[in-house]
Amino acid sequence: MLTKKECVAMLLAGGQGSRLYALTNQVAKPAVEFGAKNRIIDFPLSNCTNSGIDTVGVLTQYQPLVLNEYIGNGQPWDLDRVYGGVHILPPYQGKKKSNWYKGTANAIYQNLAFIERYEPDYVLILSGDHIYKMDYDAMLRAHEQKNADCTIAVLTVPMEDASRFGIMSMDGNDRITEFAEKPKQPKSNQASMGIYIFSFDVLKQYLTDDENDPESSNDFGKDIIPKMLADGKKMYGYHFEGYWKDVGTIKSLWEANMDLLGEKPKFDIFDTKQKIYARKVGDPPQFVGDNADIQNSIIGSGAEIDGTVINSVISGGVKIEKGAIVRDSVIFSNVVIKENAIVEMSIIDEYAEIGRRAVVGARGGENDITVIARNEKIADKTVIPAGEMYDTISGGAK
Amino acid sequence: MKAVGIILSNIHDKDIPELTSIRSIASVPFGGRYRLIDFALSNMVNSGITTVGIVTKSNYQSLMDHVGSGKEWDLVRKNGGLFILPPFSDNQDNLYQTRLQALSGIMNFLQRCEQDYVVIADSNMVCNIDLNDVMDKHEEQKADITCIYKEMVLTGDEGYKISAVKTDVDGRVVDISTASPMKDVKVKSVINMWVFNRPLLINLIRETLSRTSDADFDLDMVGRNIDKCKIVGYAFEGYFAWITSLAKYFRHNMDLLKKDVRDELFNQKHKYIYTKIKDSAPTSYRSEAKVKNSFIADGCVIDGVVENSVIFRGVTIGRGSVVKNCILMQDSVVMDNVSLNCVIADKNVLIKHGRNLSGCESLPFFINKNSII
Repeated sequence: MLTKKECVAMLLAGGQGSRLYALTNQVAKPAVEFGAKNRIIDFPLSNCTNSGIDTVGVLTQYQPLVLNEYIGNGQPWDLDRVYGGVHILPPYQGKKKSNWYKGTANAIYQNLAFIERYEPDYVLILSGDHIYKMDYDAMLRAHEQKNADCTIAVLTVPMEDASRFGIMSMDGNDRITEFAEKPKQPKSNQASMGIYIFSFDVLKQYLTDDENDPESSNDFGKDIIPKMLADGKKMYGYHFEGYWKDVGTIKSLWEANMDLLGEKPKFDIFDTKQKIYARKVGDPPQFVGDNADIQNSIIGSGAEIDGTVINSVISGGVKIEKGAIVRDSVIFSNVVIKENAIVEMSIIDEYAEIGRRAVVGARGGENDITVIARNEKIADKTVIPAGEMYDTISGGAK
Repeated sequence: MKAVGIILSNIHDKDIPELTSIRSIASVPFGGRYRLIDFALSNMVNSGITTVGIVTKSNYQSLMDHVGSGKEWDLVRKNGGLFILPPFSDNQDNLYQTRLQALSGIMNFLQRCEQDYVVIADSNMVCNIDLNDVMDKHEEQKADITCIYKEMVLTGDEGYKISAVKTDVDGRVVDISTASPMKDVKVKSVINMWVFNRPLLINLIRETLSRTSDADFDLDMVGRNIDKCKIVGYAFEGYFAWITSLAKYFRHNMDLLKKDVRDELFNQKHKYIYTKIKDSAPTSYRSEAKVKNSFIADGCVIDGVVENSVIFRGVTIGRGSVVKNCILMQDSVVMDNVSLNCVIADKNVLIKHGRNLSGCESLPFFINKNSII
């Protein structure tokens, strides 16, 4: 138990997630809710546990309050360990200097001492904004087998989306020959999933060199990976087949939630062998009332539904009153939707309240998703047009 | 903390043989995701009790599996926490039979505690009671013993003996008696929840058992000391369900379809009922689902008609099936075109295509755990 750790995971959870607009005004992106029961960070944390990785550093920086409280001692993910477990790693003040995390690579660099305590052979770098189930152990074995310096998880994406990702070219042996971060003219459709395994001694060397380079932007995709490639390090792609989605935008977050619906959902969270864990306390079962009509939807514990719910994802503790209609929407926990209100093509953040006969959003193009921010109260009979980011706390502008 | 909690987990095993042949009464599933012991345990924890002993006797594997280390109730503690207290006997064939013998078996535990009070509760009841208020009144009145009672009108079909108290104007208990219930009689029924001053309890148990080894807790220990000790009554006004027969089990599960009952039991801030976390997925309602007036736990997949029912975690209900007035426990599978009415299905039951099963409210149709129909 108190031996060295083969692999330590470092989870980058400090980004602001500015493309989620109102949803991340008060919480960090990894703490945004997903799929009726979870927060985004549950996915990488549960993947770690399900892959036998029991030491995880979570690098936080932006709005960490909800995230820190949520992770707590890591018990829901089985990460409350005598040795190892989950550790929250905020930026800190040192004797000589104190810095915010300047970039993804710098965040890891500042916490090299944390990693070194466990004397790992490998370090797994993860992001806090992806929805997927993955066996990191299989990737680790591939890294080991190839005696690689760095292994990058690779996903085949549609060619037209390729310019949004880090794009790789590989030889027949899956050795990476070229890497371009968000190229305008992508040469392949093999995209980096932002999941890296490094041999620790190599990583340490490159992070230290990178820190001493004043020109560097201290980013894995922009600096570390290209530099290692240029030096001829042994870098391999690891092909992932399965569901993976970057939920960095309102549209992609909405889509990923919709991918949970249907007879054969695109993303299967119902599989009991690879569970996604969550911190949940005290919620009773859900109650479905006499006036309810629920179709093709998933609903979390403690919800009380007496209205119509179609093609939607409803979190725990939500109340949907008689006569209300919720369609094609994602409702976060503890939202109240009052009598005869209509909510369509929307994401409603935690603790918001939609008044009687209010109309939020409208059916139409997927680019017109309406967002109501956390704690907002929409008065009776108010109409919130399609595509609006309703957020009085930070000005309401999109 | 000033009180230690004691929960008796096996005392009423004989009441519902259908459900307790494979488990203790304490671990009988209830209300979609709970076990009966969750109520007693959560009531204690919510009142700031951080040392709880669960007295077991037999068939307590499922109970231990359920409570585990006690982490869901925040009872993993350096000081105190959760204690499973298996039976103590110098003779294997001579396990305790009475409440007093059960308590006598945990004498070491009671002596080792340092708390002033002992709160004792059975595990065959469903309620959300503020034990802090009980203990405050106990202290205020400088009582030796507080007897929690519930004023109720008996229906005559309780099927067990009821202990009832009489109290004077100051709320002091002046009489305690046990009788088979009669119809339409209003009594202050002892609900087997007590607060004792700890040293007194230890003495009373020893004293009473030294005279008669099968002495009765209510009549012999409490009843004979009414003049010697200050015994006060505490009237519990809230929702209280006694799970004492299969029909009552059915009826009280159905009570959860009433909003006021649900709100009192589950929706009071800082007074949640905790239970083992299973990390189930959300419940999925498919395109043919038609659900009305039902209490449904996580992890279910529903594609049929469900009305007036309590559905536990991980239940599957197939297309074209109609489930009315039913209790379906964890991981049961109802395949397509099945019709169920007033059925209680224990855990992991499989009901195949086209079956048609029906009971009635006073005699629900019961299906054993792991059955295939």
